[in-house]
Amino acid sequence: MKRVLELTEVYANYGHIQALKGISLTVNEGEIVALIGANGAGKSTALNTISGIVRAAKGKILYKGNDITKSPAHLIVRGGIVQVPEGRAILKTLKVIENLELGAFIRKDPLQIKKDIEEVFDRFPILKKRANQPAGTLSGGEQQMLAIGRALMARPKLLLLDEPSMGLAPLVVKEIFNIIQEINKNGTSILVVEQNARMALKISHRGYVLETGSIVLGDSSADLLNNKKVIEAYLGG
Amino acid sequence: MFLQQIANALALGSVYALFAIGFTLIFGVLEVITLAHGAVFMVGAFAGLIAVTRFNLGIIPAILTSMLASGLLGFIIDFVAVRPLRKKKYHHLAPMIATIGCATIITSISQGIFGAEAYRFPFDFVPTKSYEIGDIQLTLLQLVIIGISFSLMIMLILLLKRTKWGKAVRAVAENRRTAALLGIPVERVFQITSFTSSALGGAAGVLTGLNFNAIHTYMGGPILHRGIAVIILGGMGDIRGAMAGGLILGFSEIMSVAYISSDFRDAISFGLLFLILLIRPSGIFGKVPERKG
Repeated sequence: MKRVLELTEVYANYGHIQALKGISLTVNEGEIVALIGANGAGKSTALNTISGIVRAAKGKILYKGNDITKSPAHLIVRGGIVQVPEGRAILKTLKVIENLELGAFIRKDPLQIKKDIEEVFDRFPILKKRANQPAGTLSGGEQQMLAIGRALMARPKLLLLDEPSMGLAPLVVKEIFNIIQEINKNGTSILVVEQNARMALKISHRGYVLETGSIVLGDSSADLLNNKKVIEAYLGG
Repeated sequence: MFLQQIANALALGSVYALFAIGFTLIFGVLEVITLAHGAVFMVGAFAGLIAVTRFNLGIIPAILTSMLASGLLGFIIDFVAVRPLRKKKYHHLAPMIATIGCATIITSISQGIFGAEAYRFPFDFVPTKSYEIGDIQLTLLQLVIIGISFSLMIMLILLLKRTKWGKAVRAVAENRRTAALLGIPVERVFQITSFTSSALGGAAGVLTGLNFNAIHTYMGGPILHRGIAVIILGGMGDIRGAMAGGLILGFSEIMSVAYISSDFRDAISFGLLFLILLIRPSGIFGKVPERKG
């Protein structure tokens, strides 16, 4: 199996707090990998460090064998690592369609971009209806769909998802996770960060447990789902 | 008489709007109040003047020359004074003070070169003709000023609305982190914004020089104060607000002079701005600031 992403002993600070204390993890081609942990465990910082928004204080991040530890955020996107940030982070003052167009900012194939927008609309028909509305007027679930659709516009090789279930109704969460699996089947590797550990482990191949900045467990998701410690701490007994 | 004043007010107000639109754009995107915008305006006016007197250029090429010169100056100010502070993540005040330093340096150098006297465009550079539109008499100069400033503002709005980089600028203005996660080179967007905004400021300088037929090295100060008032009035960072605010200020100044007294011009127009702000503290188009989580 080819390694897409490899973190080795990565340290990072969030403000004055040491949020990552030497984490190592890998994502292989075609995998969904879940990173679970409580609020404040450092999950978001992990994704932001990979995306180049937060600088690693120590350690190494390899993407397809290339060192991207010090690459600027926009070049990391250009390389194919695209993040769907926590809280959806859509551009509220821009129209839905403009959000999608900006998702393809790094691309230079206008005709194909138009086709891809149509494809996003096929996947999320509600977005087509709302195409010319300011994105801030969408509901929470619609915003998450837009955020995922926008990330797909960049044609990512590795998709980073930060709490895709946050603040969404259970039915919508299910729908979002189905879509994540579909995206993965189309060949995109995925690293998903979640507080909703059960959901994340159900759809992922492997998982890691992050506790106050350190990875304390790493295993196949099936085994993690049956792990006593995980059940007690994260799956509600 | 009143209708006639409208023509004067439009000519004055459209230039205020043009100055303020770049000012507010820099604030919206970079979150910096660049107090060098007045100095950039002055340099733009001189660049336009030199283009006309030395190189015999017509009005459009002269304005383009001025925009190029002031745009480059804006880019340099950002690179030298604002960018280093941005890298250190200082907010608002430090870069603002750095731009005061830039303004002082630019003004001093210009005074060294041009002295303190007023310069004029050649006689009849814009022929003294006038046109009757209904009851209003518009001079060719007023038409040129209104036409150029509105065309430039409309062009800016179209660039922001329609082009890929324009949308990127709006994305950075809303949330630079989200923009970076979309692969937008945020630093380059800052530079493009500085260049474009300053270019518009320079064009406003040429038009002001034409309007009053006077260009001097200390013309940046008064316009800067008006610019600050206009962008606060319009709502910080809001393009439509800067346009509306500029026109309102132009109207109130002209009407105070026409109907009250030129002695009280500034007192009355700034008093009016103050009143509007009492009613709408975040400006005409401004939103009540959201608390960021």
